[in-house]
Amino acid sequence: MAFTEEVIFAGFGGQGVLSMGRMVAYAGMLKGMNVSWLPSYGPEMRGGTANCNVIVSDGLIGSPVVADADTLIVMNRPSLDKFESWVRPGGKILVNSSLIDIKVTRDDVEAFYYPVNEVAAECGNLKAANMVMLGAYIKHRSFLEENDLLGAFLKVFGEAKKNLLPLNEKAVAAGATLV
Amino acid sequence: MEKMLMKGNEAVGAAAIKAGCKYFFGYPITPQNELPEYMSRELPKNGGTYLQAESEIGAINMVFGAAGAGARVMTSSSSPGIALKQEGISYLCGAELPCVIVNMSRSGPGLGGIQPAQGDYFQATRGGGNGDYYTPVYAPASIQETVDLVQEAFDVADTYRTPVIILGDGMIGQMMESVEFKDIQKRRLPQKDWALKEHVEKGSKKLINSLYIKPEEMEPHLQKIFGKYDVIKKEEVRYEKFNCEGADVVAVAYGTVSRIVRNAIKKLEEDGIKLGLIRPITLWPFPFEAFDEISPETKAFLSVEMSMGQMIDDVKIANAGRLPVEFYGRPGGIVPKPIEVVDKVKEILGGAK
Repeated sequence: MAFTEEVIFAGFGGQGVLSMGRMVAYAGMLKGMNVSWLPSYGPEMRGGTANCNVIVSDGLIGSPVVADADTLIVMNRPSLDKFESWVRPGGKILVNSSLIDIKVTRDDVEAFYYPVNEVAAECGNLKAANMVMLGAYIKHRSFLEENDLLGAFLKVFGEAKKNLLPLNEKAVAAGATLV
Repeated sequence: MEKMLMKGNEAVGAAAIKAGCKYFFGYPITPQNELPEYMSRELPKNGGTYLQAESEIGAINMVFGAAGAGARVMTSSSSPGIALKQEGISYLCGAELPCVIVNMSRSGPGLGGIQPAQGDYFQATRGGGNGDYYTPVYAPASIQETVDLVQEAFDVADTYRTPVIILGDGMIGQMMESVEFKDIQKRRLPQKDWALKEHVEKGSKKLINSLYIKPEEMEPHLQKIFGKYDVIKKEEVRYEKFNCEGADVVAVAYGTVSRIVRNAIKKLEEDGIKLGLIRPITLWPFPFEAFDEISPETKAFLSVEMSMGQMIDDVKIANAGRLPVEFYGRPGGIVPKPIEVVDKVKEILGGAK
């Protein structure tokens, strides 16, 4: 069976949710896989929720819309409320427990809770919470390694952000130890 | 060249620059803003000029001017903005001026919404302006195909002296996929000896015009244009046929929707149902010949669209009364889920097989 991973990343604007998706898509592409990244767009993004769908596959990608996610990554509570039902049975939900004080209600999915804001703050910058979550994510879905993410980092953020690479490296590594 | 992850809107811009586009005139509208933004940044670096016009109408008439001077030129917009450009497109067709017009469509009528839709099929394929004309229309289904077709569109425009439309939608514009800028096979293009770009010898003149006041001049002008359309219909039809041999039902879908149908094909396979797909890549000329051979097992065609049903008219013409032609559509900015197509196919086949 061909490998396909369908992910929904969701949170509020400013949490780097779209960037998380781009990191995974870019890293997957650099590993030779087919990828798609589809953002939500429109007025709901301004101050509201942001989300994107990412598909990584070694086969052709049909619809870029993720309707039955293998993995859902939620960075704030409205995102969990909105997308909990979008995960396929047996799928995984990774929850930012720093900002989400409720539990996943479904019992046919696996839920994991990571206080990524606190971990990012310990790493030196709260803004790296998304990278902490990505570090945890790649431990759950083993098609990417830490180096793949860091390789994608400069592609997504540009050479100008090279000085932030050590921080993000630390954040990814810290996330990986949570799993 | 290495693979890059690019947004559809930006990929259109990059492909246009690679195709030698030197002028871009536009006006902002969601969901295509990354394209003019990209052109404003990149076109000047490549020896070109980007200009934000005062309106869509201004932009399309600037296209008329640049095309008349023989330059490769592009404009882009989304549905209501493309509606505003229709007068200009009609004039471009009348004056036989080559250009590429991109529509990253959204829902309508009116201002409608900003989410992806396919309600501009009639506008694109029937000529949204006045008079007798068509424009070639390409409907890419992936970012790579978008990149390839934009380059092709410039060549087709120059070959036939005609505007060419790239019809995407908000999803094609906003999504990112990996792209590679391959060297596409270049056509042998005719000289633009009609273009108003150099001094003309005394006593002779060049004229770019869509006004033919005498009917006995206007009629042969139209016959000449339609002679080109006959060649386009013969030479430029493009489509993809997938899984049609022995299919129970054959879906017809273009662009974004064709990708949803591909997921439905996989899901139906699990239930022992074979769904085929005819994917028009050119919407005009429509690939009527793709419908010539129908497997005896096929019970119906199913037109799947993000509209209330527009392409279905062409499917009915292509079908010529042989099979039932069914429809499934989600208009207004809703992207259908694969399971909806699966259910519709099962309904056509009379419940569980």
